[in-house]
Amino acid sequence: MSIVLNRKIKIMFALIASLAIAGCSSTPEDTTPPEDETVIETTDDTMVDESSVEGGAMGEGYGAAEEVDPALQNRVVYFDFDKATVKPEAVATLQAHANYLSNTPGARVRVEGHADERGTREYNMALGERRAKAAVSFLVANGASVAQLEVISYGEERPVALGHDDASWAENRRAELKYTAEAP
Amino acid sequence: MKLLFVVGLLSALLSHSARAELIIEITEGITNATSIAIVPFGSSGARVEEDLAAIVSADLHRSGQFAPLDRSKMLSLPTDESQVFYRDWQSKTNGAEYLVIGSLDREADGKFRVDYQLFDVYQQKSVKKWFAKGTDLRALSHYISDVLYKELTGIRGAFSTKMVYVTMEYVNKNKASAGQRYRLYVSDVDGYNERVLLESSEPILSPSWAPNGRHIAYVSFKSTRPAIYIMDTLTKQEKKITGFPGLNGAPRFSPDGRELAMVLSKDGNPEIYIMNLSSGALKRVTNHYSIDTEPAWTPDGESIIFTSERGGSPQIYKQHLDSGKVVRLTFDGSYNARPELTPDGRFLAMVHRSNGIFHIAVKDLVRGTFSVLTETDLDESPSIAPNASMIIYATTFEGRGVLAAVSLDGRVKVRLPSRIGNVREPGWSPFL
Repeated sequence: MSIVLNRKIKIMFALIASLAIAGCSSTPEDTTPPEDETVIETTDDTMVDESSVEGGAMGEGYGAAEEVDPALQNRVVYFDFDKATVKPEAVATLQAHANYLSNTPGARVRVEGHADERGTREYNMALGERRAKAAVSFLVANGASVAQLEVISYGEERPVALGHDDASWAENRRAELKYTAEAP
Repeated sequence: MKLLFVVGLLSALLSHSARAELIIEITEGITNATSIAIVPFGSSGARVEEDLAAIVSADLHRSGQFAPLDRSKMLSLPTDESQVFYRDWQSKTNGAEYLVIGSLDREADGKFRVDYQLFDVYQQKSVKKWFAKGTDLRALSHYISDVLYKELTGIRGAFSTKMVYVTMEYVNKNKASAGQRYRLYVSDVDGYNERVLLESSEPILSPSWAPNGRHIAYVSFKSTRPAIYIMDTLTKQEKKITGFPGLNGAPRFSPDGRELAMVLSKDGNPEIYIMNLSSGALKRVTNHYSIDTEPAWTPDGESIIFTSERGGSPQIYKQHLDSGKVVRLTFDGSYNARPELTPDGRFLAMVHRSNGIFHIAVKDLVRGTFSVLTETDLDESPSIAPNASMIIYATTFEGRGVLAAVSLDGRVKVRLPSRIGNVREPGWSPFL
């Protein structure tokens, strides 16, 4: 429990840091956010205002921050070649979705596993499934319920990057979280 | 020494290829290919839609074992034995070791009849004379190729066979997320007479033939989840065989056609199962926490060979179905997958990775020798001709998925570039 909490706090710090950077570099059309506040944009460009992340919110205001957790906007985690281990970089994203799923019993997610084009198609189907299942295991271990999750592997059939190079392959070795009900 | 040449096909052939999706290029032939002159067949009046001699030439050429004489170099065009003068065929530049002539007739029942004859130019004698009858001129031509090939090599020809393959096109080729269009095709093995069997925006994969040369099994995601189907290629009638939670993949008919080996992960992780096709009963074959996939049958139907990473990396194993005894078959390199055996069970074709490059390799299971056959990259899905002369496989060429073929000894290489999309997962039919 304390490990999870520690992780949460770390994620919060990472969040605040990244938001601060985002706040500095982005130039919203309407208002400039106050210096000590950070405005978070959702993907459809609707401003979610009054969701300031302040130091004071750390202790009890956790839930409020969660609803606008930008890690929830990230729906993809990546894997190493021929591996299906959740990487440290993927933890924040999966943790945020686990929290959301745990707090939103009606939410449903289809976890899609993918592989790069190297290797045989059916082996990659198996590898894609293993990746999706690794993501699901993480979500379940962190509060999501099995009933909320569905696994499907597309193997190497659905690349996002079409190149035949390391960069494209890295983008294609992934698990994607697709909400089918009550998306954040 | 390697003889490298890319052949623009005979113009006569090209003029007929407007509908054909695949063209064939010989990228590597053998240096001592047998030269043969196939003279344009004569015809008695009736208008003939196909150039039979050109089709036969292309067939023999594609085998890599024959070098057909260019028509423009022929000094005479005999259509009857009385018109054959051996001196016309003995020149070094315009000659050939063998000569084939023929003539076409239409019989009262509407069928075509071809009389054809093979001559040995060196020995200056007629080798044999045959006739063939049929309604389809391309099929007749392939039949003639089969007869000539058998006569000259002693091996049964596989020119009258078919193949299935999958094509995939992006709706917008610069944007993967715009969607895909999958098509499952059947065609003659030279790429002609292609027919779309199935079309879907969802993945189609792993087609393979039933031993009857008529039905195929494959995986389709059209229900938005993977499921195994069997289709009658003549009627396009489709039957869903499985739709279990998890993977439903890699279907392969048993040699007697009564069972279907497959991969299912319904019990936790990918395992090989065998389904009895009349009762639907499932029998689990493997039981290991690692990935087990890509089953293929030994010709006697008593064992399954498959890919497994139980040893730490993907390798090929064989499991005897009655005893459950498992033996590892491959030891060369850290990635060997997608096994397929020659009809005599002696040679094992597979996808092999070395230095990060994926090639087609063959292991002689009697001698234990291992050889890498291809020099291209991302080679996959090897499928062996029923006469074991060639392996057809999928590879990439100029950034696209194309089909290619290589002889079992690696000496002949053929590319079958397509005009559209990415072509993949060829399955060579049994003898028909």
